[in-house]
Amino acid sequence: MKLENEAHFEQDVEELIKEIHAQYGYDFSGYARASVYRRIKRFLGQKHLTSMDALRQALSTDSYFFEIFLQEVTVNVTEMFRDPSFFLSLRENVLPILSTYPFIKIWDAGCSSGEELFSLAILLKEEGLLDRTKIYATDINQRVLKQAKEGIFSAANMPAYTSAYYAAGGKQEFSSYYSSNYGSVKFDSSLVKNVIIYPHNLATDFSFNEFHLIVCRNVLIYFNRELQERVFKLFDESMVSLGYLALGKKETLAMSEISSNYNFVDKQNRIYRKIN
Amino acid sequence: METSSKVIVIGGSWGGIQASVTILKGLPANYSIPIILVLHRLRNYDGNLQDVFKHKIALKAVEVEEKEMLLPGHVYLAPSNYHVLLENDHTFSLDDSELENYSRPSIDVTFTSVADVYAHNTVGVLLSGASKDGSSGLKHIFEKQGITIVQDPNEAEIETMPLAAIENVPGCTVMNLEQIQAFLLSLHDH
Repeated sequence: MKLENEAHFEQDVEELIKEIHAQYGYDFSGYARASVYRRIKRFLGQKHLTSMDALRQALSTDSYFFEIFLQEVTVNVTEMFRDPSFFLSLRENVLPILSTYPFIKIWDAGCSSGEELFSLAILLKEEGLLDRTKIYATDINQRVLKQAKEGIFSAANMPAYTSAYYAAGGKQEFSSYYSSNYGSVKFDSSLVKNVIIYPHNLATDFSFNEFHLIVCRNVLIYFNRELQERVFKLFDESMVSLGYLALGKKETLAMSEISSNYNFVDKQNRIYRKIN
Repeated sequence: METSSKVIVIGGSWGGIQASVTILKGLPANYSIPIILVLHRLRNYDGNLQDVFKHKIALKAVEVEEKEMLLPGHVYLAPSNYHVLLENDHTFSLDDSELENYSRPSIDVTFTSVADVYAHNTVGVLLSGASKDGSSGLKHIFEKQGITIVQDPNEAEIETMPLAAIENVPGCTVMNLEQIQAFLLSLHDH
């Protein structure tokens, strides 16, 4: 049923995935293919590459080109206070419990270019918890990690972020958190003074600490079932008892072996709590 | 349950909800071909599109869940703020990458992905809308020898989307809603 040229393309992608793993150590074998195909076709178009052979050739000889490829093929699209109801729920249902701990550790897994990280930091500051919280912000992609802590975002997005911030229960003038400079804004760097930025690959790396809250939203949708299960187990090992796990609006623990260890705190916003 | 050999994918924007209800209300609950429906919606709007369809059509309207298998008797609604893709094993994937044509979900993204999997067994239907989304996806379906149908611009609430598609895919078939419904019924395998 599938056309031959499409089938060839897909075989070439499988070869490419093996070559990348062998040469660069990044393992994409557990990524959901439909999105990988789409991202690679998009990348071929952007770089005016006419064949998969040309792409494989370029990637095998140019590690800088590979970094660009990695950034484009893994989705790094993100925004501040995405799904404001999630941040509101975190503020109302999770942070009051975390505030009973003397010291709080949070893992922002797949932090991308930092929009979610700064959203979390603002929430913590307003709830009076920022000074005793350490956030570990990780991503597979070292290029976006460099941006994550800088907090420089496009000014064009600020109207949308401002309304999302208020919908998330924001308590200040949103503009009090940043200064504007030409087309961009820079967020107050004191927001991230307790943030540790760390390259971490959910597909291959291991647990590195224990957390009271793990936030990993819209990352697992790009993985197949097996890789999702690996990551759920990794999160479970990295969670203190009675810790919280926050997933994306369309992600679920339901199919996982660890699901019996968790209860919903907020089903709509996919916030779980570890019960044993 | 057996997966279907065909799939119908419908896209619409402004005026698309009403138009798709008009088509779908004529299809029986056991309609043999799965239907994917991509309608533009307000971003970060959680209002339930399922409820709009629930009492108006016999088919089961569900929001797409990732890794879920495409099955007959269902209308799968693209969730707000995600693109919908199809895997080779006929399960869904969701994607929150860049907007396409200022939209997420984008009709182009789903039409293209579905046609890559179903090729000539894809039926693409593009309805009313004030956008140009859908026309390049419809072209992709056409190139894979699928069936391409566009709502008659004279009937559409907003003609922009149908007109853009007719221009981009001159070989498409233009039909009014009644004809689209009759055509889809003719594909039904009793």
